[in-house]
Order: sequence, then C-alpha cells, then structure tokens
Amino acid sequence: MSGGDEYRDSPVRAYVITDGRARPSRNTIGIDTLLLAVDPDKPLPITTSRQHHELLRMCRRLLSLVEAAAYLELPVSVVGVLASDLVDAGRLVARPSIPEATGLDLNTLQEVLDGLRRLR
Amino acid sequence: MVFADSGERYLPDTVQQAVKILILGDFGVGKTTLIGSVSEIEPLRTEETMTQASVGVDDLDGLQHKTTTTVAMDFGRITISPRTALYLFGAPGQQRFWNLWAGLSKGAVGALVLIDTRRLEGSFDVLNQLELQTDMPFAVAVNHFPDTYAHSEQELREALDLLPHTPIVNCDARDRASSLDALITLVAYVSHLLVPQETTS
Repeated sequence: MSGGDEYRDSPVRAYVITDGRARPSRNTIGIDTLLLAVDPDKPLPITTSRQHHELLRMCRRLLSLVEAAAYLELPVSVVGVLASDLVDAGRLVARPSIPEATGLDLNTLQEVLDGLRRLR
Repeated sequence: MVFADSGERYLPDTVQQAVKILILGDFGVGKTTLIGSVSEIEPLRTEETMTQASVGVDDLDGLQHKTTTTVAMDFGRITISPRTALYLFGAPGQQRFWNLWAGLSKGAVGALVLIDTRRLEGSFDVLNQLELQTDMPFAVAVNHFPDTYAHSEQELREALDLLPHTPIVNCDARDRASSLDALITLVAYVSHLLVPQETTS
C-alpha cells in the first residue's frame, strides 16, 4: 500500500469523462451497487467513450461500483455517472444497495453476523 | 492475502446485495490495517469527491464559498454468504470529512470507531458527530499498539464520555480474529437494537 492520502491527478478532467454531468441519471446507483454487464460482447455504439467501454469490460462479471472505480482509477462519482448511462442503455444491470428508507432487516444482519462468526 | 489475483477479483454471481460497515477514526489509527486483516481482496483505494463549505479548514476571511476536495478512501470486502457481500469502508473521522461519511452511511449497518488511546482527543470529534448528528449505530474499538497503556473499560468510557449502551472492545487491528471480533460486536449490537424490546425495565 502506498502511504499518505495523495491525490492521483489525471490530465483528463472528470467533467470531460462525464460530459459535464455531476450526478448519475438514476439515484439508485450507490457506491456499493453491484454491477453486471448484459451481453458484454455485443458492440457498443461507435460514439461510446473509452471509459464506458472499460467499465462494461470490467463488469463482465459481478463487481461493485466502488471496486470498478478503484480498478479503473477513476473517482467513484464519475463511475457512477458512467454506470448509470450503461444501465439506461440496457447494457448493465444494477443490483441495488440497501435502500435508505427501509434500512437493513434483521435477517440480513443475522446473515452478516453468522458469516463473520464462521470466518472467526 | 492470497486472493488478490484477478480471478478472485469478482463476486460470485449468486450475490444479490451488498451491505457496508464504516471504519472511522483518526489518520494512522489502523483503519486500513483492520480492513486488510479481514478483507478477502487486497484493500483497494479509491477517491471520492466531496463538496464542503470551507469552514475551519482553509479559513479564507470573509469568503464563504464551497470547495470541492478529493478524499482517498480505502475499502475491503468479505463475501459473507452466497447472497450477501460485506464492504468495509475506511474514512477519516475529522470534522472536514463528515460530508463524506454522511453519504457513505446511507443503508450502512453501522460504524466501528477505531481509537488510539495515546491520542484520545483525535476521536472526540467523530464520537460527538455520531452521537449528536447521525442515527447511525456505532461501537468503539480500541486498537492495541505495542506501547499502549492498558486502560480499564470504565476509564475509557469516562474519558470518551460514551453512552452506557455503546459497546467498547479492545482489538489488535493486525490480527484477523481480533478484528473480526470487533466487527461481530458492532453487528450484534445493531441486531439487538433492531429487535423489538418486549419489556421496558
């Protein structure tokens, strides 16, 4: 691990990659949303950006948004916008995060608890 | 960590949901160490942009504008069951990062606040914020450093001014079992809070 909290700068500004958008088109995309490509080998429109291509390739198997962002070395917020585009285009399926309103249910908590105890 | 090659990068297709726990604390308190002890992937680093009013930090006299900051955040993952993946997000506890973890806390199980008893004052901010400004449940884990003086639980409770029901555990962030125990304490506490109380005593 590299130490510190250095900022990894890139010559391409985030707003260029997202086409000036700061927020995803759907508000159900969160940092722990799970992403999976639909038909990953089907070609994307030729106007599709390199970053969209890379994200789709990254999600050929199940991965969370935040992991995809880390591997692509892009800010989470940028990848959220890209993922949302691909979901809108029907190329990516998003398995949603735990909704804020309903919160966690006891069954899920018990599952987490059992899982942690098994690892112990 | 033997699972770091790209073959193990992905989650099993059966996983339907992700849950998350926040690991909060001062810089250097061992957040990433704890995450690394229990994570099935090498801890990853990502960046989140955060808009904040520039209060207290870069106090430019009279200029009340907002600034956008980039914060590095480390995280790890445990596939806890065929259906559920648990993500652990480490976030700095200082006041200027509250916006970051306010966003992260949505839908979270809760927070584990990691504390270094040699620098207790570094944790007052985060504990205050958790108690007064959020309804996110949390537990306190005292990370044991080699030269840490062993305080009694009561001493620590008083020094940190914890509410009586807030769990506090000792842990060694370098040790997998000990780190798991700290997480178990948090999740057990949160489950307990969710169970409808049958009697009020």
